[in-house]
Amino acid sequence: MTLNSKIPAGPIEKKWEDYKGHVKLVNPANKRKLEIIIVGTGLAGASAAASLGELGYKVKTFCFQDSPRRAHSIAAQGGINAAKNYQNDGDSVYRLFYDTIKGGDYRAREGNVHRLAEVSTNIIDQCVAQGVPFAREYGGLLSNRSFGGTQVQRTFYAAGQTGQQLLLGAYSALERQIALGNVTQYSRHEMLDVVTIDGKARGIIAKNLVTGELERHFGHAVLLCTGGYGNVFYLSTNAMGSNVTAAWKAHKKGAFFGNPCFTQIHPTCIPVSGDHQSKLTLMSESLRNDGRIWVPKKQGDTRKPNEIPEEERDYYLERRYPAFGNLVPRDVASRAAKERCDAGFGVGASKMAVYLDYADAIQRYGKIEVGKQGLDNVSKEKIIELGKAVVKEKYGNLLDMYSKITGENPYEVPMRIYPAVHYTMGGLWVDYELMTSVPGLYALGEANFSDHGANRLGASALMQGLADGYFVIPYTIGNYLADEIAVKPIPTDSPEFLAAEKATADRINTLMNIKGTKSVESFHKRLGKIMWDKCGMARNAEGLKEAITEIQALKKEFWSDVKIPGDINSFNPELDKAGRVADFIELGELMCKDALDRNESCGGHFREESQTEEGEALRDDEHYKYVAAWEFKGESDWQLNKEELIYENIKIAARSYK
Amino acid sequence: MAKEAFFTSSIGRKLLVGLTGLFLISFLVVHVGINSTILINDNGETFNTAAYFMSHNWVIRVMEIGLLAGLLIHIAMTLKLYFDNKAKRPVAYAVIDGKANSKWYSRSMALLGTLLLIFLVLHMSDFWLHTKKAVYITHENENPFEEVKEAMTKWYILIPYLLGFFSLGFHLLHGFPSAFQTLGLNHKKYTPMINAAGTAFSVVVPGLFGAIALALYFGLVK
Amino acid sequence: MEHYNMNLNLKVWRQKNKNDKGSLVDYKVSGISSEMSFLEMIDVLNEKLVADGKDEPIAFDHDCREGICGMCSMYINGRPHGPWAGTTTCQLHMRAFKDGDTIVIEPWRAKAFPVIKDLVVDRTAFDRIIQAGGYISVNTGNAVDANAIPIPKDDADKAFAAAACIGCGACVAACKNASAMLFVSAKVSQLALLPQGKPEAQKRVLDMVAQMDKEGFGSCTNTGACEAECPKEISLENIARLNREFTSASIMSEE
Repeated sequence: MTLNSKIPAGPIEKKWEDYKGHVKLVNPANKRKLEIIIVGTGLAGASAAASLGELGYKVKTFCFQDSPRRAHSIAAQGGINAAKNYQNDGDSVYRLFYDTIKGGDYRAREGNVHRLAEVSTNIIDQCVAQGVPFAREYGGLLSNRSFGGTQVQRTFYAAGQTGQQLLLGAYSALERQIALGNVTQYSRHEMLDVVTIDGKARGIIAKNLVTGELERHFGHAVLLCTGGYGNVFYLSTNAMGSNVTAAWKAHKKGAFFGNPCFTQIHPTCIPVSGDHQSKLTLMSESLRNDGRIWVPKKQGDTRKPNEIPEEERDYYLERRYPAFGNLVPRDVASRAAKERCDAGFGVGASKMAVYLDYADAIQRYGKIEVGKQGLDNVSKEKIIELGKAVVKEKYGNLLDMYSKITGENPYEVPMRIYPAVHYTMGGLWVDYELMTSVPGLYALGEANFSDHGANRLGASALMQGLADGYFVIPYTIGNYLADEIAVKPIPTDSPEFLAAEKATADRINTLMNIKGTKSVESFHKRLGKIMWDKCGMARNAEGLKEAITEIQALKKEFWSDVKIPGDINSFNPELDKAGRVADFIELGELMCKDALDRNESCGGHFREESQTEEGEALRDDEHYKYVAAWEFKGESDWQLNKEELIYENIKIAARSYK
Repeated sequence: MAKEAFFTSSIGRKLLVGLTGLFLISFLVVHVGINSTILINDNGETFNTAAYFMSHNWVIRVMEIGLLAGLLIHIAMTLKLYFDNKAKRPVAYAVIDGKANSKWYSRSMALLGTLLLIFLVLHMSDFWLHTKKAVYITHENENPFEEVKEAMTKWYILIPYLLGFFSLGFHLLHGFPSAFQTLGLNHKKYTPMINAAGTAFSVVVPGLFGAIALALYFGLVK
Repeated sequence: MEHYNMNLNLKVWRQKNKNDKGSLVDYKVSGISSEMSFLEMIDVLNEKLVADGKDEPIAFDHDCREGICGMCSMYINGRPHGPWAGTTTCQLHMRAFKDGDTIVIEPWRAKAFPVIKDLVVDRTAFDRIIQAGGYISVNTGNAVDANAIPIPKDDADKAFAAAACIGCGACVAACKNASAMLFVSAKVSQLALLPQGKPEAQKRVLDMVAQMDKEGFGSCTNTGACEAECPKEISLENIARLNREFTSASIMSEE
């Protein structure tokens, strides 16, 4: 099957404008008759629901949490990029576009990314108008900071809680539409299937998680804003409930899955402390603005960090990448940390960690404060005290979190960090209009594959989620719905709805009736271990083949030996988790298949077979300059469709941060 | 919001409690001021003059009605809030570690208020009714100082009074700053001052009342 | 920091559904590491319950496990989110306890937060309060340039501090009156402090307070328990601001 990405013709900076100028419109009277289902209420879902509600569509939103405000976008810490150039440091739409394409290691679509860069500025305006309290300077204007992979300051932030503030902004806009009656919210509801009629998405089957009842909901279009699938690794920075189920059901109903193996491993997370670990916690990339990363120069050094003199420390990022130093992109920083630990230079009890040190920053800021306050004859201790106060002001909440989790004081002792699964660039394949390969079925935000190529730059996930929801889908959905105005709401007792509901109910019954011996959690852990060991930061053909066999065996075991307590018709989190883990197992197999197929290294996907002499990722543009869009054919059976990537504006080159 | 809704809203009711509370506090200032004249130790001359003025001046008479109204509103509103609030947690916690997050007296305002009310009834029947009877019915010559002295030398009157002052102190310790908070007066610079003033007031006023009573009991004032 | 293992006696509230009466049930857990988070300790117990097959695992709300989503909500030894100040249940670590401790775990208790199952309560009342006015009415695309209105840093910082509320409901759980004033005041303050929020400030505060009362939350008696237990340390100053906004709006409103 040939994939049509529907990128508009014309010069890159005109594509979106031209598209908007010619796209079909739906008049206000017809909008009232059109129903839209939105699954997920994170940045993408909430912003889409609010915007579409404002336009006059009849919207239903679903989330599995107890409130739309809990979606995991809330946990994003560092910031959101926008090409505002408020700092007068040479930023522009083109530069954000370029940085994103390069950061993604030339595996993203030019058209989509340029549009993202264009609307980035509107997002900041919109959020400020909603009352999002971004950080400001004393003059009352917005403040910016730097993030990895860029050389300008274009990141807007609200302390270490930017995601929270942006989500609460979108949530408040959504709640306003609920109050106005334009949106109906279904909390503690999980989507368990997409209903397709005559090849078009026409609704969903959702489970009321409190009562266990299945519900049928009709929509002229269905939007999946359900986030990423990092939890396939069991341990990740995702929320406990983050899952692939909605996207996976869509995939099985015909939506192609794009680049499933593209996973972002975030370099600065708090290391695993034991087998009990249930999730990993990210320490914002913003910490790399001021923190320095190092390991001892001596292998297996057991001294305490503060006892290791300066000349025996290896600031390996500054050594290897002098131009970007500690602010290299995430994939590069993560691999460098893994390389040091694998070579025996790791620190901490597990030896699987590196130091993130604030001692220099404390000194530097302390001296600046001395100058600012005009102090004389200042003692060393006073400088440190002043410096700590500045660091606390800038990063206090992050450092507090570190100290709660580890019991260590990061103002005194360097933090221990290690990479962890954080984000998935892969996702449902969508065209320029964010429509999947199923007509009427859309994917927004992290749930789609579209904008970040093989590696996402920091502070760009928030940008993409909000761009899709506020500024892209309100236009592109009209192009589809304009032809649907004659379609009357389809009764949810039509055969297609009933069949989908029955299939869902049957699957739940099957799960409950296995009555095996092993907990859902134990399967999830085992899947995670296979994925992390063989499809994690470094991958090779042999390991991936083994992983596929192991996952298939695990799947078999799951479906014959899983033990799910409780009843179907009650609040049963174990049952809900079982459904999600079953889907993760299937996804895991596809990820390994995709990783095996892509015999090159790019971005977060590092194939050991494909690296330079210095151990940098080696792309193979001749053979792999495409989006892998996998089509589900049957159990463990997928067909690969390729969307060639065309670079007309950016000259592709080896990605260098040296 | 409709006019009537303000006083049925939770914040409106609280505002009434706070305002009447501050009004009652202002009365306390007058009361403690007059009582303190007993400490002049002039055989109750100044005190009696002041008391005469208070019981015969018509402006004070009008204010007395206002005071009673304030007191009744304060009581009615707090009782209403107390029972309403109690109903907001139908199932109680098995364990509550209240001291971890608040002061006992701030959680016991209803109890302290009830103790105060009981004290007030005693107090009124001891002096206020008596005075009214003297002024309006029997037209006897009054000597409030002697009445007070007589009462305070009896231990079974003194002790309930001291308990009353104790309740008053803790009721004020929370009530004073709380009234300002309810009025929305919270400011980085001024709130610490208000709180300090509140603490001082809660110690000084009941302390003076108590000191006078004890001075009379031990015969330090004649 | 020294790691240690501990055995604990737990008393956990079990309630099958909203109509069930419910009771505290005793459980023992052993080999709990001081490095675990409180919820990981519950995970251990739940795995044990699944393996034993007698009781269903304990239902509890949780999601991000990094202290920001506001989903986790356990009343631990008489305090919402347990003994650590400024900390959610998920960020509470077992270092806070020692071998042999008894830990009593209850759900948030308030008329406005009915129990759904075990430790899970229904907090949709908070959503409805936000629906009553916790927003600025600006449609997508209506915004002026973000730097068009300078906002004093102090105001922006205060608005942020109020906006840091995670909507977990610990304030309600801690308050002896089950009052939601801290939650409501945080949103009212955030928007009242910003110029963008001014046009609707009057209507917002009146409507949100009316909804708060309607949902069945108690009134504020200024004990300060909410501020002391708030995992995001939202200040009581916000409640004063809410009182101020409400009173002046009531006086100024023309209805």
